[in-house]
Amino acid sequence: MGDYLIKRLAAIVPTLFFVSVMIFGLQQLLPGDPAVALAGEDNDPNVVAYLRGKFHLDDPFPVRYWYWLDGVFHGDLGDSVRIQKPVTALILEKLPVTIELAVLAMTIALVIGISAGVVSAVLKDTKWDYAANIFALWGLSTPNFWLGILLILLFAVKLGWLPASGYVSPFEDLKANLAAMIMPAFVLGNAIAAVLMRHTRSAMLQVLSSDYVRTARAKGLDERVVVLRHALRNALVPIVTLGALQFGELLGGAVLTEQVFSIPGFGKLIVDAVFNRDYSVVQGVVLFTATAYITLNLLADIAYFLVNPRMRG
Amino acid sequence: MKVTRLALALVLCAALPCLAQTLRIGLAEDPDVLDPTLARTFVGRIVFAALCDKLFDLDENLKVVPQLATGYEWSPDYKALTIKIRPDVTFHDGEKLDAAAVKFNLERHKTMQGSNRRGELAPVASVDVLDPATVRLTLSAPFAPLLAILTDRAGMMVSPKAAQAAGEKFSLKPVCSGPFQFVERVAQGHIVFERFANYWNKGAIHFDKVIYQPITDSTALLAALKTGQFDLIERMAPSDVPALKGDTRFRVAKIVEIGYQGITFNIGKSERAQKNPAGKDPRVREAFELSLDRDAIVQVAMSGEALAGNQWVAPTNSWYAKSVPIPKRDLARAKALLKEAGVPNASFTLMTPTTPDAQRVAQVVQAMAREAGFEVKIQSTEFTTTLNMADKGDFEAFVLAWSGRPDPDGNLFSHLACKQPLNYSGNCRADMDDLINKSRSTVDAAARLKLFEQIAAMEAKDRPIVYLYHRHWLWGYTGKLSGLRMIPDGLMRVQNLRMN
Repeated sequence: MGDYLIKRLAAIVPTLFFVSVMIFGLQQLLPGDPAVALAGEDNDPNVVAYLRGKFHLDDPFPVRYWYWLDGVFHGDLGDSVRIQKPVTALILEKLPVTIELAVLAMTIALVIGISAGVVSAVLKDTKWDYAANIFALWGLSTPNFWLGILLILLFAVKLGWLPASGYVSPFEDLKANLAAMIMPAFVLGNAIAAVLMRHTRSAMLQVLSSDYVRTARAKGLDERVVVLRHALRNALVPIVTLGALQFGELLGGAVLTEQVFSIPGFGKLIVDAVFNRDYSVVQGVVLFTATAYITLNLLADIAYFLVNPRMRG
Repeated sequence: MKVTRLALALVLCAALPCLAQTLRIGLAEDPDVLDPTLARTFVGRIVFAALCDKLFDLDENLKVVPQLATGYEWSPDYKALTIKIRPDVTFHDGEKLDAAAVKFNLERHKTMQGSNRRGELAPVASVDVLDPATVRLTLSAPFAPLLAILTDRAGMMVSPKAAQAAGEKFSLKPVCSGPFQFVERVAQGHIVFERFANYWNKGAIHFDKVIYQPITDSTALLAALKTGQFDLIERMAPSDVPALKGDTRFRVAKIVEIGYQGITFNIGKSERAQKNPAGKDPRVREAFELSLDRDAIVQVAMSGEALAGNQWVAPTNSWYAKSVPIPKRDLARAKALLKEAGVPNASFTLMTPTTPDAQRVAQVVQAMAREAGFEVKIQSTEFTTTLNMADKGDFEAFVLAWSGRPDPDGNLFSHLACKQPLNYSGNCRADMDDLINKSRSTVDAAARLKLFEQIAAMEAKDRPIVYLYHRHWLWGYTGKLSGLRMIPDGLMRVQNLRMN
């Protein structure tokens, strides 16, 4: 266990190094001079020259990368040029919003996706199965921004039940927070639920046709117990893996949904930063989300290691 | 009985904050840095209007009126401007605003690294404190746009003590002398200001708090107004106006902007200018202009929410040169000109930012110009990249919007004078430069207008920029809100706004 953990931890460093080089390098490929973008509409040559000097834009790529890496080693991810705020502060500001949105979306996705998948598998070839499949097709093929706008028009403008957009901290007003988050969380969760439903259905169909399920039924067990305790538990393994991956993606930010609902999370932060060529922010956020993603994967692997004795051999 | 109830209500109002009200404003974008010296976006100026008072302000007719100043006087040679400062003004941190603070601010604008105000105040050679309430700006040469420049960020005053203490981080907690003081900002989330109790004009303020929130999607912005989440939204999409006009709970206010929207041709910015007919031959640009029906462009691309124009200021502006009117569409003449130039099917690429407005304009222009024989290829390019390509001269024609400045010089000098930073066309004529420089140093309005007429005539002949129209600033707001002033600079003055 100890060796395994050390090996995995050691692999994190080169992975993050590779990620940081990639993101730094890819940004250089973006067309447009960041100094011109940051100088604003006045395009003052003095300001452009100042920004070039300040961000070492005239230095070669390795030198610029070194300046940035040096900052990272000193715990400094730099400042956002556009709003002059430290990138670390911006990440800490957005993190709770992004985590909350991801958790709510994932909860909705799991509840809808797994229930619909189980119902669809158990009641195969009935109207419930068809309905669940249509739901999955709808979820997979509906663009998030379009669904978001429709929900706003229905629940905010027509019915007046929910706010159209914006974010309120749960520590400030929990009710207002949930009211603001429910629509974006549903939009995100709806798409993931569709994927989960398809996977749950196929896994359940496979498990339900296996011998041990037939044995359980032959023993006279209640169908509910057979499905929920015996079949679903085994079918869940691939679902949990898929769910973890989807959750990791959500932590990277949901660009369009955040845009439509004006949720100040990572997605909006990074998109604005890319358009404004605010490189420190892009680099900082990507490094952070990559680290979070790798850490989540590591935790999942450790969990497998603990759960599955065969892996310890 | 009624009197008793009223008295009770008044007593309760005095005891409780029953008049406490929040003004919630929806912004079309997230502002940039909240430091008037470094700020560079239009949306940032909207937020500053509640936070930082300026030496001067503008009225509905773009006339310069005092704000933190009480008056001014030019020296006979117009090389010195003496400004009297309002005596009863304090900054949000309690520091007094006096002549020394004004000197500090103007020098900060001029010398701070990365200052976007340095160019605007370049003609100001020195600032002297004459007495605690009087400051004198000495200029290197007469400079007519100076007062108008001081109605914008260059005229905003920040607390010297706070600015010195915070240094580069001043924008994280800006301290000015406006009606509201900074409380908090969550980037892309919201900006909160609260009423400044010692504001010099506190009688004009009827809200306790102002909250700005950016929503970049125009449909979501409108929905937020309709659900009561906002009291006021700025820069509505023109296509959303009918939806709001049909609803009696809301109002739409509009005014013609001080900026312009046009097509800039590369006529000398780089070698590409000579490699396409539109860049090298003024007859082709004339044919192009004659192929356009500006009113139709306004109707189709902007849902009628703009004013057709052909100069750097709108026809409604007092600096508009009436002697150079908008040319009418003339397809026959356009075709004849193309034939004369030897390119009956002249072709050029039109670099177009990916914003919906710009895309629509490019498509309408493409269709109109085709009728005269032009083949316009639209090159959709992300906005930041367009700026860079324009700067390098890597384009043939470019759909460009300019938010505008109160003085026409802000729409002219940097855009058309030789080697200026916004002169993407590469236009460079000694005679035009001479006239532009004269217009900058001529303070007499009538004489200045005559110079503008000459410049407009030259520009209309060479057409480095084919100006198309001037957008309407469109604000949607609840019918309960009153006191809204429509100033052509598009900034929201919070003074005298109240909820009924």
